Amino acid sequence: MNETIRVERSSRASRLFAVFGFLLVGLLVAAPFFGNRSVLYLLVEIFVYIALASLWNLLAGYTGLVSIGQQAFVGLGGYSLFALTIFTGMPPLLAVLVAGPIAALFAIPTGFVVFRFKGAYFAIGSWVVAEVYRLTFAQVSVLGGGSGTSLPVEIVQHIANSRLERDSVIYWTGLGIAVGVLTVIYLILRSRWGLALTAIRDSEAAAESVGVDNYRTKFLIYFLTAGATGCIGALISLQKLRISPDAAFSVNDWTAFVIFIVVIGGIGRMEGPLIGTILFFILREFFADLGSWYLMFLGLFAIVMMLIMPKGIAGWLAERFELQIFPLGRRIILPRDKHISFSQFGTSAISKKRSPTKITDD
Amino acid sequence: MDLPATLLDGVLLGGLYALFAAGLSLIFGVMRLVNIAHGDLILLSAFLALTVTTHFPIHPLLSLLLVVPLMAVLGYGLQRAVFNRTLGNDILPPLLVSFGLSVFLQNALLQIFRADSQRLHAGPLETWHIDLPFGMTMGALPCLMFIVAVLVIGGLQLLLFRTALGRALRAVSDDGQIAQLMGINNAHLYGVAMAISLAVVSVAGVFLGIRANFDPSIGPTRLIFAFEAIIIGGLGDLWGTLAGGVILGVAQTLGARINPGYQILAGHLVFLAILTVRPQGFFPRSR
Repeated sequence: MNETIRVERSSRASRLFAVFGFLLVGLLVAAPFFGNRSVLYLLVEIFVYIALASLWNLLAGYTGLVSIGQQAFVGLGGYSLFALTIFTGMPPLLAVLVAGPIAALFAIPTGFVVFRFKGAYFAIGSWVVAEVYRLTFAQVSVLGGGSGTSLPVEIVQHIANSRLERDSVIYWTGLGIAVGVLTVIYLILRSRWGLALTAIRDSEAAAESVGVDNYRTKFLIYFLTAGATGCIGALISLQKLRISPDAAFSVNDWTAFVIFIVVIGGIGRMEGPLIGTILFFILREFFADLGSWYLMFLGLFAIVMMLIMPKGIAGWLAERFELQIFPLGRRIILPRDKHISFSQFGTSAISKKRSPTKITDD
Repeated sequence: MDLPATLLDGVLLGGLYALFAAGLSLIFGVMRLVNIAHGDLILLSAFLALTVTTHFPIHPLLSLLLVVPLMAVLGYGLQRAVFNRTLGNDILPPLLVSFGLSVFLQNALLQIFRADSQRLHAGPLETWHIDLPFGMTMGALPCLMFIVAVLVIGGLQLLLFRTALGRALRAVSDDGQIAQLMGINNAHLYGVAMAISLAVVSVAGVFLGIRANFDPSIGPTRLIFAFEAIIIGGLGDLWGTLAGGVILGVAQTLGARINPGYQILAGHLVFLAILTVRPQGFFPRSR
């Protein structure tokens, strides 16, 4: 009998969740046939925050680019949708897709400037740039200037004729964007780029020393994130049918909430934004009527989480129960009594506890 | 308004921005902490001064006798209880904790004082002015703000380079671990640095409240102005920060002269332009 070392990526939990995930997406695709309009509207909001939070997590959790300026790309995407549909007559759904690459194009000069900042200064620098975009669009009078504008009725009707159909189409677009964003992030993290990102996250100097081009990798992720954020921004403004600089470039709505979601859910883990978004919406449904009390509570909650549970709920689940929904980590199954598990998430640990020794025959 | 008068206004406004920035610059220098809640703390001290002046019939500047110690104590407590626990190699925890504090403070102020515009009334100080040649006038208040900014920065420089406390602060800034080996209590010293920072913040907050209307939502923009002044001036140099504030102030008043909507935008654009051509700022601390 030959004893060999095996590397496992998926676990029983992750396989179970994969099945559950496919069933859930199938159910969500069918939702417009039996859900009412307000449920669809809420679900689109949830999709938007899942996608935004996952992208911010990719940016901050893996490349260390803590941006407080992602609202720049939400706003640029929204304004691209309005400009494309109003000035070129492009169909709105196509415009949602085209808004992404436009936002990504803006990310090139923006990145050139903000990448001059390191660490915490990047955070405020990216915020300044987002403010520049907000103040600039407030001066563009053809798109309503500071008070904003609404999407013309004929363009709204171009999406679909009846309101229910329109809501359904927007809903499916939102679902598609959220699933697409999660899939792409998953594939990136499973690829060699993901390995580079994880290396950068754990130690920039070490990553550079083994041949990772930090600057290029970070810029690429920043660029991709901006594009996807632009698509989401276009979808948001399509759902609202209205745009104004203060709403489209809102730091609270599109970055502060997203940061809370990721911090509470667990930064640097793909599960984090999902858990955080669900918790965020539960809290919002119950307490949003309290207005600023609710936001004070969110601020405090984030501070307390950062102090007592800096890896968030997902980090706690993974450390306490070795629970991972997405099979991104690696576990080495050794012969005998040893079980090394080093995940993609930082610490490598040798644990001899309950996990059974796995032996494979060759 | 004439061009020289606009320039003079901008220079004097720069004094206020330097006051915004000095406290932020100090704590970054000592412990590499970027306090996102800095702007909201400026607003908190303005609202504290408002509360003091509505309960006691005293001049807003006299309220500083109460606001400065209060904010300093708050700073020390905040640092010891919260920020010290986040400091380390990872920049994320302090950044996110101060971000949470910013949202908390903003909404707490909103809850207590509502969204109404407020003002600290400083009586004749608001209108006194001196006539200068070329049709320029110099208001007493902007002039006082600038003088106070120079005094505060001069005082901080003296503190940093002429006292034992300053030596300890510089030692911690250079290498926290070695400083600790030399018998410095870092946790306490960080608390003292934050206390000094918030003492300066309260001076800035009271001048902010006397100069113009304020409401709980304007904190983050003050943080951005402070940040821009620091970066334009060059990290780590307090006189550079004053120069950065002046450049930002002049850019804003020139922008406002072209179109009132361009005031803040012009400041941001000048900041980004300077960053692009001279990322180390004008007066970087030599290493």
